[in-house]
Amino acid sequence: MTLENASTKAGEDTLASEQTEQEASRFERESDATTKRGATGRSVTLRGLKAYYGDSEAIKGVDLDYEPNKVTAMIGPSGCGKSTMVRCINRMHEEIPHARAEGEIKLDELDIYGDDVDVVAVRRVIGMVFQKPNPFPTMSIYDNVAAGVRLSGHKGGDMKQTVERSLRGAGLWDEVKDRLDEPGIGLSGGQQQRLCIARTIAVEPEVIIMDEPCSALDPVATLKIEELISQLKERYTIILVTHNMQQAGRVADTTAFMLSGELVEVDQTEKIFTNPGDKRTEDYVSGKFG
Amino acid sequence: MNAQPASLPGVSPRRRRTDKVARVLLLSATLIALVPLVLVVYYLIKKGIGAWNLDFFTTDPSGRFFGDPGGIRSAIVGTTLIVGLATVIAVPTGIGVALYLVEYGSESRFANVVRYFVDVMTGVPSIVFGLFIYIVLVLGGVAGGFAGWKGSIALGLLMLPVVTRASEVVLKLVPDSLREAALALGAPRWRVVWKVVLPTALPGLVTGSLLAIARAAGETAPLLFTAFAVKATTTNLGAQMNSLPMQIFSDVRQAQDRLVERAWGSALTLVGMILLLTLVARLVQRRSRLA
Amino acid sequence: MEAGSVATGGGRSKLERSPLSGLPDKVLRWGLTALAAAILLLIAYFFVRLYSEARPAFAKFGVLGFTFDNNWDVSKDVFGALPLVVGTLITAAVALLIGVPIAVATAVYLVELCPTRLRQPLTIMVELLAAVPSVVYGLWGVYVLIPKLLPAEKWFANTFSWIPFIGGGTVAGPNYFIGGLILAIMIIPIVSAISREVMATVPVEHKEAALALGATRWEMIRISVLPYSRAGISGAAMLGLGRAIGETIAVTLVIGNAPQLSGHLFGQGYTLAAVIANEFGEAASDPVHRAALIAAGLVLFVLTLLVNALARWFVVRAEKTGGSRVAEGMAG
Repeated sequence: MTLENASTKAGEDTLASEQTEQEASRFERESDATTKRGATGRSVTLRGLKAYYGDSEAIKGVDLDYEPNKVTAMIGPSGCGKSTMVRCINRMHEEIPHARAEGEIKLDELDIYGDDVDVVAVRRVIGMVFQKPNPFPTMSIYDNVAAGVRLSGHKGGDMKQTVERSLRGAGLWDEVKDRLDEPGIGLSGGQQQRLCIARTIAVEPEVIIMDEPCSALDPVATLKIEELISQLKERYTIILVTHNMQQAGRVADTTAFMLSGELVEVDQTEKIFTNPGDKRTEDYVSGKFG
Repeated sequence: MNAQPASLPGVSPRRRRTDKVARVLLLSATLIALVPLVLVVYYLIKKGIGAWNLDFFTTDPSGRFFGDPGGIRSAIVGTTLIVGLATVIAVPTGIGVALYLVEYGSESRFANVVRYFVDVMTGVPSIVFGLFIYIVLVLGGVAGGFAGWKGSIALGLLMLPVVTRASEVVLKLVPDSLREAALALGAPRWRVVWKVVLPTALPGLVTGSLLAIARAAGETAPLLFTAFAVKATTTNLGAQMNSLPMQIFSDVRQAQDRLVERAWGSALTLVGMILLLTLVARLVQRRSRLA
Repeated sequence: MEAGSVATGGGRSKLERSPLSGLPDKVLRWGLTALAAAILLLIAYFFVRLYSEARPAFAKFGVLGFTFDNNWDVSKDVFGALPLVVGTLITAAVALLIGVPIAVATAVYLVELCPTRLRQPLTIMVELLAAVPSVVYGLWGVYVLIPKLLPAEKWFANTFSWIPFIGGGTVAGPNYFIGGLILAIMIIPIVSAISREVMATVPVEHKEAALALGATRWEMIRISVLPYSRAGISGAAMLGLGRAIGETIAVTLVIGNAPQLSGHLFGQGYTLAAVIANEFGEAASDPVHRAALIAAGLVLFVLTLLVNALARWFVVRAEKTGGSRVAEGMAG
């Protein structure tokens, strides 16, 4: 190219890199703002929570506090009701035919089972990541992340930034930034799960429920997600259901042990695993059953 | 503590409205789909019951243009005989082919080809079956011209893929563990099929066959140029025979009040027979021990 | 005693097979195989005989001439099937336009929205639509539907006469529209049944993903259920099309049986299947006419084969992304 073209191009390049810098710093500023909001995050309070499948009582009256910006792990043997209980928190439990929940669940001071509460709004604010990664099979990576945001009518130029911010927040941006149009199900298991996390945080929830998010993943992917959880708690309150006690030990601030639909004990993670108060807890964490 | 109290984001009224409108539309569509059913049954009963009397079922169509048009005895007898023969042809054959597909051929290339063409047969218009039998048997002058048994073959061809497919589904539901247990006891394959597989699948096989019979009983087109139609009651399947669908078809086209009234009565009779068969089929299905 | 041999009276080991013991099995196996092969041969024979009987017509008018000439005149022994083909396509199109949306909507309602107690009764009622025989629909069409809808059709044709194909002619009693409407009613059960089967196989995790993001019920259906079911629903629609093309008796009673190309929706017409049913009586003695009718049957046969093959392909594709029992719902 000629000298003039070269210098024009150099000028354009400089402009481009300046723009990138501006965008990057704007991302940081936006993240700070979110962090500031999230740094004083929301608590979730359960009082007298009961859950039924038809006539059968699966959760038998639970009182529990989830502290804001902390990771609380729910542990217990299969069938103890951990999944059922957390599904009451984002009101997914009632989607099952003949299932219902009673009692009080509050987000800070707001009763999410109140009479005029719209369940659709609850699920915007309390997000969920499932055991088996479930990106929408007919959508691209980009569309998957945007899916929840689009539902609430959010449109236009903002979307690209939202998608990028969410993918960065899920630690997936660098791996997929060049293939956002590819189908979401083409990713590996661990990547799909991070995609689901990106999709969840794109709608800016305040609480994220993770129902055994790593049980379908290999150890490397699991580790990545655990790192992610430790970062995510800065902005969200995390409720983590897990059957892997080591995982609870690694990432959770607080751990709650459930058995047969009842909350047996809840305390600092370290205390639960080294010096539990209840004998049943001690038996479970030392591997005597479950 | 957070500076702002917790509040839920609003759900735009537009979304709520769309959800409601969608639900109403979908329910309405379902109800709209059922309107024809209700109307057909209503008119069948309203206009058909009047034609029902003893003469209706015990006399033949008179063919007279004025005066008493007669009843539909020959049509009822004809339908029973023609469909009966068709059943005898189609049900064992259909179950036989299904047995082949499930017990002996499940993954072989040949079996897949057979399965594909049986599927193809389900999509063939019923009039093409009639045409085929007409060409092969009637034109060819095999044992005379139009005859009841030729209509039976045409109906049998129609029933065959239905019976085969339904039977295949049922036979596949018989657990392999049952077959293996019998084989492990030293039974030869044919015994396993005869004594274990077929009895277990029997209710499902009966259901599939009854539904195929119900379907065949209502068909007109295959009979148009095979069994044709006569007015007199005959039990001779080797000659032309009347049938309910043919009788209705003929009466509808001659727009004469008393004939139309008879058509409604015949239609009510036919639909009654079909509903009875369907009901029995569903009751038998409930007694099945398979899925 | 050697291991494995047990002496019996005849000196033959119990474990040796008698020459006859395997016979029933062999007979059964080869008998059933022969039966299955016979079915294939039968279908091939079908084709061959149909074609050979139809040949005189093709010989006289040419294959393309027969299919696409607009001149079906029995009195002059001239047979160009275009009015029949067009009539078949118009009624099928009307049937699809009316029947498929309603059928898919009922499928969505019954699978996703219907209260559990009502589900079975309503489903049974939709399936009962298929229990009504074609000739009964025809009877009902002639004496109930046609007279009752005539005023509405006239009003519609007048109000919207500026739309091509809607206006532009006198509204006949029996016409393309009624033909298509009856066909729509007749294809609703099968399109709905297959769509229901397809939608029931949508994995619950995709529906939960949408709900957990804060989607309303309809939004969940829109982003999770419908896209997933697209291929299967297309297959269902094509099967409905195949059925609509081949339906004879109900259509012939309500379409007017006029071998002409009426230029508007409410005009009388004819279809391939109807002409065969109608004219066979008089054609028995006229070899050319008869060959023409059989040729029409052949065209009909080939058309339905193509449509059904396409439908099958769609449904198999749907199977690959999920539901494995859909194809079984396609029988009958």
